[in-house]
Amino acid sequence: MTRLLQRLMGRLPIGWLQLTHKRGRFAAALAGVAFANVLVFVQLGLMNSLAAATLKPYEFFQADIMISASDANALAEGGNVARQWLLQALADPDVVEGMGLFVGNVPWDRGGNSISFTTFGIDPSQPGFVAQGVSDGLHLLEVQDAVILDRLARGLPVEEAAGIRPQTPLRFEAQDRTLSAMGTFVGGGGFGGDGFMLTSDQTFLSLFPSRSSAAPDHILLRLRPGAEVAATVTRLRALISDQSLRIRSYEDAALEDLTYQQTQRPTGVIFGFGVLIGVLVGLVIVYQVLSADVADHLREYATFKAMGYGPRFFLGIVLEEALVLGLFGFVPGVLIGAGILALMGAVTTLPLGMTPDMAVTVFVGTVVFSALSGVIATRRLAAADPADLF
Amino acid sequence: MTEDSIVEVRGLNHWFGTGDARKQAMFDIDLTLERGSFTVLMGPSGSGKTTLLTLVGCLRAVQEGSVRLLGHELHGAGAAELTSLRQRLGFIFQAHNLHESLTASQNVIMGVQVRPGVPDALAEAAAARALDLVGLSDRMDYLPANLSGGQKQRVAVARALVGNPALVLADEPTAALDKDSAAEVVDLLKRMGATRGTTTLLVTHDNRILDRADRILTLEDGRIVKREGAQGR
Ligand SMILES: Nc1ncnc2c1ncn2[C@@H]1O[C@H](COP(=O)(O)OP(=O)(O)OP(=O)(O)O)[C@@H](O)[C@H]1O
Ligand SMILES: [Mg+2]
Repeated sequence: MTRLLQRLMGRLPIGWLQLTHKRGRFAAALAGVAFANVLVFVQLGLMNSLAAATLKPYEFFQADIMISASDANALAEGGNVARQWLLQALADPDVVEGMGLFVGNVPWDRGGNSISFTTFGIDPSQPGFVAQGVSDGLHLLEVQDAVILDRLARGLPVEEAAGIRPQTPLRFEAQDRTLSAMGTFVGGGGFGGDGFMLTSDQTFLSLFPSRSSAAPDHILLRLRPGAEVAATVTRLRALISDQSLRIRSYEDAALEDLTYQQTQRPTGVIFGFGVLIGVLVGLVIVYQVLSADVADHLREYATFKAMGYGPRFFLGIVLEEALVLGLFGFVPGVLIGAGILALMGAVTTLPLGMTPDMAVTVFVGTVVFSALSGVIATRRLAAADPADLF
Repeated sequence: MTEDSIVEVRGLNHWFGTGDARKQAMFDIDLTLERGSFTVLMGPSGSGKTTLLTLVGCLRAVQEGSVRLLGHELHGAGAAELTSLRQRLGFIFQAHNLHESLTASQNVIMGVQVRPGVPDALAEAAAARALDLVGLSDRMDYLPANLSGGQKQRVAVARALVGNPALVLADEPTAALDKDSAAEVVDLLKRMGATRGTTTLLVTHDNRILDRADRILTLEDGRIVKREGAQGR
């Protein structure tokens, strides 16, 4: 290792030799860096999973534009939108189709546990609004009280979900009605609910008697092929007289929802803070180790200064140490982080896991922040005055 | 300045502290060191021996007067110039100041690598030769913790000499050594003067060394009060 580093750097790897000379301290420093890495990985994993879970339901539908109430920050949040605006939007030459989307929470009490389904009420006669994979069972929803269920819903046994067929529907009680699950689709548990359920708007309204067909939660619009979404959005904003409504492209709606989850909702903010704290912990640990190491070697550094070594040499040593700590701390950090995320994913059924993106981001971050700590730690070098050596 | 003088000090004054605490430590020093000479600096504690050494060795800024080292005026010289001049000097301190994490040979290599572009193999060979010169060829891969006091000081001597310095500045290098090791170190420095033209300025209280010196200067209260031995000022 020493030889290799010597070859790479064109000088003795003083930093490496210095760090590995005190094995106990080296091990503690690596543990600290690894710990900071794990912290960041877990929080990043949770953040990624929040993003995945937030964007998931948007994947069930296909639309170009979404109209929502001013306070509807997320799919399942906020007030509703009058259906009259749907009719008005259809007056635009580029808008070819519109559909009201109803959203509500339907708990299925299963004795021991209760599964909370985020439920979407849609018009089964408008399959163009439903994504492939979900649309297969759409015609089944024409029957009153028929639903299709998220087969990855948290708390729904796999074999029970696997048995759901149109011929052998799964019947269950919810909201004082008997629902028949005729088919399944792939969703997954998120932070807001255990899974998803799709039903017709008619069934939805009977599940929620207080809701009215004249006021869905969102309005989805589809444009003629080749139409410009942004231009249409601008025209609709002028056309629709209720200025409080949020008229956005479907992509923007999804991304704004994500931003809202990450920056306004406590969960998202906490995950963000977790990342920040992980970074700070790592920064402080590396800084502590490096500055203690510089302080311990002031005499040696002063001797090197006397011998004619310049500032770049010392910066090089400290950066070398920072990189060694970053690199060697990252390896256990990424392994433990991946393990913990896999474990958390298994327990919570959230889409949690280590992605190559995360590993690369954290690796680069670790190296950059270690180097930064190193640069800060070199300020202590000024105390190494070779004139004091004699 | 003659061809052969390595150091020329003229009218050097130096002060420590500021304001009321300001105190003069060097008074009007004149001094010339010829190439290959071996000069011993003596004097009571606090007389300014170390201060003079650090001024000549580019470790302190010259405040007043002139110090010419290897043809460079140190008064007013920039940090980078002083640093590169130091690469041509060899320092031996009272304490060995070896790096605890480096082996004897690696410590000596540091004395070579200060000049950029020296290949590893060359640096290693030079270190091996220097350690052989101080009789430590069998201790090359020892860490300082596993060497005796005398051995450590000899490694420090090897480190100072390995780069073929024009001038060796040594401050009581033999204080920590027994009689034989001290004599060895001094003989080594003398031999280097004879064979490579290395100039030595050595501070000592050690009477055993005096008879080996070409010249003995005595400092008292920041002034040179006695010049014994060979030529000049
Ligand atoms: N960094 C400093 N700050 C203030 N005064 C200093 C400093 N270094 C030396 N002095 C003063 O300068 C004078 C000369 O000190 P110097 O260390 O050069 O003496 P010395 O001859 O080397 O003594 P010794 O034999 O004890 O090593 C002393 O009065 C000392 O107190
Ligand atoms: Mg002294």
